Order: sequence, then structure tokens, then C-alpha cells
Amino acid sequence: MDYLAELENKTIYIIREAYNRFKNVAMLWSIGKDSTTLLWVVRKAFFGKIPFPIMHIDTSYKFKEIYEFRDKYSKEWGLNLIISRNEKALAEGTCPEKGKLNCCNSLKTEALKMTISEYKFKALLLAIRRDEHGIRAKERYFSPRTADFKWNYKDQPAELWDLYKSRIEEEQHFRIHPMLHWTELDIWRYIEKERIPIVNLYLAKNGKRYRSIGCATCCAPVDSKADSIRKIVKELETTTIAERSGRAQDKEDAYTMQRLRSLGYM
Amino acid sequence: MQKDTLKIIIVGHVDHGKSTLIGRLLLDTNSLPKDRLSEIKKISKELGKDTELAFLTDQLKEERERNITIDTTQTFFKTRKRDYVIIDAPGHVEFLKNMLTGATLAEAAVLITDVNEGVMEQTRRHAYLINMLGIDKIILVFNKMDIIDYNEAKFTEIKNKLLVFFESLGVRPSFIIPISAKKGINITKRSPEISWYKGPALLEALDSLIIDAKTEKKPLRLPVQDIYEIDGKKIMVGKIDSGTIKRGQKVILSPSSKKAVINSIVLFEKEKTSAQAGENIGLLLKEGAVAERGEIIAEEENSPEVSSLFRGNIFWMSDEPLQVNKPVTLRCATQEVRCVAEKIEKRINSSTLEVLETNAKELKINEAGIVLFKTDEPIAIEKFSFIEEMGRFIIEQQYNLQGAGIITETTV
Repeated sequence: MDYLAELENKTIYIIREAYNRFKNVAMLWSIGKDSTTLLWVVRKAFFGKIPFPIMHIDTSYKFKEIYEFRDKYSKEWGLNLIISRNEKALAEGTCPEKGKLNCCNSLKTEALKMTISEYKFKALLLAIRRDEHGIRAKERYFSPRTADFKWNYKDQPAELWDLYKSRIEEEQHFRIHPMLHWTELDIWRYIEKERIPIVNLYLAKNGKRYRSIGCATCCAPVDSKADSIRKIVKELETTTIAERSGRAQDKEDAYTMQRLRSLGYM
Repeated sequence: MQKDTLKIIIVGHVDHGKSTLIGRLLLDTNSLPKDRLSEIKKISKELGKDTELAFLTDQLKEERERNITIDTTQTFFKTRKRDYVIIDAPGHVEFLKNMLTGATLAEAAVLITDVNEGVMEQTRRHAYLINMLGIDKIILVFNKMDIIDYNEAKFTEIKNKLLVFFESLGVRPSFIIPISAKKGINITKRSPEISWYKGPALLEALDSLIIDAKTEKKPLRLPVQDIYEIDGKKIMVGKIDSGTIKRGQKVILSPSSKKAVINSIVLFEKEKTSAQAGENIGLLLKEGAVAERGEIIAEEENSPEVSSLFRGNIFWMSDEPLQVNKPVTLRCATQEVRCVAEKIEKRINSSTLEVLETNAKELKINEAGIVLFKTDEPIAIEKFSFIEEMGRFIIEQQYNLQGAGIITETTV
């Protein structure tokens, strides 16, 4: 079995385990390359018939290409799509210009909290990876969160072999991270091999491309000539620029990401 | 077949330099994004320290301020030979469960010992645990050689102490290397500072390790994970732990001993005639038969042991002790049953290997034991030394994982 097949197989096992143990599951789809890859593997895990909803947390500040892609493929793949928006915060004019930490927290984390309590989800599948950020490298595949979303990173449960934790107290939920062991380069090699459709913002136009996408307001493109998946793979094989270097919330200070994540950020 | 990625765990006592070694490996293999190093320099300065390579993996604020690793983490680097995943593990006794979490993912281990401080409690305990988990490729590195002025006699003294312990485990380390992680000595290539050392540098040693692919000829074991109903058909799904499965094959389900025939092997929009270890597949049985989650699919003439009594080596990691005859939950592959520790035959100090008690009443936190388990119903098991996936188990009580073990005897 080749390396990419190994990664895929581990991911399928985790997805199926999460669904078996919790049933009331949803997957978060940001429409970025990682969660679109996860969605691709989820479709494989359930033979094309995904038995749970796919949730998009919509801050209203996403790139228009993201909305177009979401609507096209949710139809084509027959997804049960839930759009999660913090309408109250949006009506109050929450935006990155008034403070990035607060904007991420209310439009992403708070929106997610509302949707979870509405649907009573016990587990959420997320496509975070260890190599994205040092804090994410500390994650478990099955990671419990308290009712108010706190991640107790100082005392995480042991996780041995593929015997994942499957019981939690009533008020808690699990974050499930089936892509934790993939790297950015693995994702692109897999996208190339499987011909997974992706948002075209990742491909270079006029010497710039996005390495990581989210809100149009808080993402900056990087210099690049990679206008095809093959060229992206080539570029990443040699780059020394960090993947999330264009993402504002990683930069404010060294521990912004730790604070956001302990509050329940993805 | 050689794999192109190797997962290694770095273990050892607290403060012996695990995170610094990882920082060094990342730096010397050019695996760091440009802005990461300047970020680390800046934070080190803010905390009034010299550039602290350990901060590359010690990412939590609490870890940097207390100068310890709290939780396991993973980073990546590559050499010309292959890609590596490095698993950093905490060296503090308080965080052993995090160390074990990292260790169950590793294929090889680097055990680091500070030559200045010598062999300590977690040095030995980590060696014991790594060995229990079946990791047989172990490199010993002796760190901080710069502090003792690269003194061979001192190195030999500490090395011999550790080797005595390894002999009692019955393990031969793959390599023994004197290094300085901080100064980059004997990391990428042999350094002139230690002219008396004639062996390979750490990266050369790692590159020379050969990890056998696990797909050697073993009998089929496929634990049923779940059953889906797709387009009116019942599809069983699961991961093949060992062996090969073929369309039309006669199989037996354990522990129920039911017989069945494989009708088809399915993937999404695809069918296969056969599949092998590591693959997650869907199965349809002839005549629409189904097995439940927990059943193990095996070849008719070579099925697993079915037993309700087995002996295992166990490591206990909960404040709440394991007590004789108190019901707990046992999980092995996709099976989950109630069981009791019928007999704690030996209670062992997991750092010194000293037998503390025979026929003990309980096993306490961080102790190891040789335990006879009795399950409520028979389960399908194997010796860990034969098929790892079917020979390892965890013990849960209520919501928590409390112990982990390996099966040494399937019939008692």
C-alpha cells in the first residue's frame, strides 16, 4: 500500500468509528482544500451516501468563489448542508476591523455553538492537521470539549493505538480530527491523485495565489507561479514559507491561536 | 519492502533534551519555515532566554514558561533517504499518558539520556514502556556531551549503566550515539569534537533503520467495525488487521463461530477481487448474512483463539487503582466486554522492574502488572507477539481510559 493510501485508510477508519460511536455527528466544511479533501474521504467511507449533515460556518466575509463552490458541489454530491451564521452578531456589525479575535470568536466559534445546541450534535468532524500550527500538533483524533466548548489542553485523555475514547459525560461533545496526520503536501498530492475539485483561489493568477483560504478580509495571497495542482506540489516540496503565513489570526501575537482554540475555535 | 516514511518517538527523562533535539533535527535538515525561527528567537528573548530550540515543539504558553513539555506533539522533517514524523513526548512522570499516546503511533524510538545527570527514573520507565509496546528499533543517544567536555570515560560509565537495564529487558539497542543537541554535535554527520566515537551520526543511524512492512504472511483478521444499509443492501465495514481476503473465500466469524462466504468486496463505486492488511473495505456475505460489530472475520481453517481468560502485561495510568474482581470495561480490536482482573499475579515498579508484590490486591498509578483477566463472555484474541492489533487492549472505567496492556497468553 502506498503512503497516500495509508493516510486515506487511517482517515476512513476514524470517520467510521466516530459515526459508529456517536451517530449524531456533523462534519465542518470550510470549503478549503483540507475539509474538501476530508469530505471526499467521507464520501468514500459511506459509499457516497453520507449519513450526517455537512456544516458550513458562514461569517459572510468569505470569498465569492467559496460560496459558488459550496453551492455547486453540495448539489452535485447530494449533501445535507447546514449553514451556520451568527445573525445577531452580523446585525450588530461585527467585523475584523473592530477586532480580529472577537470577530473570529463570535462569527465562527459562537455560530458553531448555536448550531451545535440547536441540533444536539455529539461529535464534529474537522479537517485540522498537525503540521498547520504548533497548537494543532497537540491535538488528539478524538478530543473532548466541555459544554461551553473549552479544550482542556493541559489534561487530555490518553489515546492508544486505534482504540479511541468513545464515552463522555452528557453535556460534552467531541471534536474528531480524521486528517490530523496529513501534511499540506500530502493533501495536495492526494488532490492531484484523486482529481478532487478545489476552489480556484489556490491556483496562481498574476503571480499570486492563496495557500490557505477563509475570509476575504483576513487572507493574503503569497507570491507564486503555481497555476496547476502539479506546480503547487512542486512548489511545496521546496518552500520554506509557512502555510498560514497569510492568515491574520495566527499572527496577532504568539498565543492568539492558543487563546482562540481554548475558547473553542477550530 | 521499505516504507518511505518513518515515525519516530523521542523519549527520556524530563530536561534531558528531547524537545531541543527535535528543534535541532528540524533546523539541521532545513525543515523550518523562515518565520518560525524568527518567532522562536523573539519569544525566547521576551522570556529572557537564549534561543530555545525546544519552543519549536513546546508550543503551549505554559510549556514555554515552565520549560517542560506537557503534551505529545508531532513534527516533520526529511532526509535524502526518506520522510520522518517525529513524535515528541513529555518526560515528566505526571504526563506519562501523553507519552504513551505518542508511543503507540511510533515505529522506532530515540531514548535520550543526559550524560551529566545519568540514567533517571523516566529513562528506565520509558525504555520499559517502549519495549512493552513492541517497538524494537531503539537508538540510545547520550546528550549534553559538550558539558562534560566530550569525555569518553564519563560517557562509557553512563552508557554501561543503561545497557545493564536494557539487558534485563532483553533488548539490544540499534545504535548508541554521544551527541550534543544544543551544539549540533553528531546530529547530521560525525563531529570532530568526539574523535573517539567511530559510529554514525544520529541522522545516518535513523536513515539506516529498516522497518519491515507489516503485511507479511499472517492469517486473515478483520474486525467488523460497523454495518451500513446502502441501497437496500447490508454492507459490513472494517479494517483488515492482517492477511488477505478474497472474493468467494470461506470465512469464520469469531467469537460466534458462524461460517460464511464472502460474496463481494466493495469500495465507493468500485469492487475488488481481493484486499490486504491495512485496507478499510466493505463486505457482502453470501445469502445476505451479517456479522455484528466486534466479530472477527478469519480464514475457516485458521481462526483466532476464543477465550474468556487470558494473561497480559498491563501498565496502569489512573489515580483510581485496578482492583482484583472489580468489573471494568475491556476493549480489544472492535470488541468491548465487561471483565475483571481475576488475579494480579505480579505488581511491578515500571522504572526499576522490581517485583513489589505477588498476588496483589490492586495495581496503582504508573505500576506495571502481570494480570489474569476474566471476561464476561468469550472474546477473540491473539498473542501480541503474533498479531499486534488483536493482542493489545485498553481498560476503561466509566468515562476514562485507565490502563493499557498486551496479551501474552491466550489460554490459561
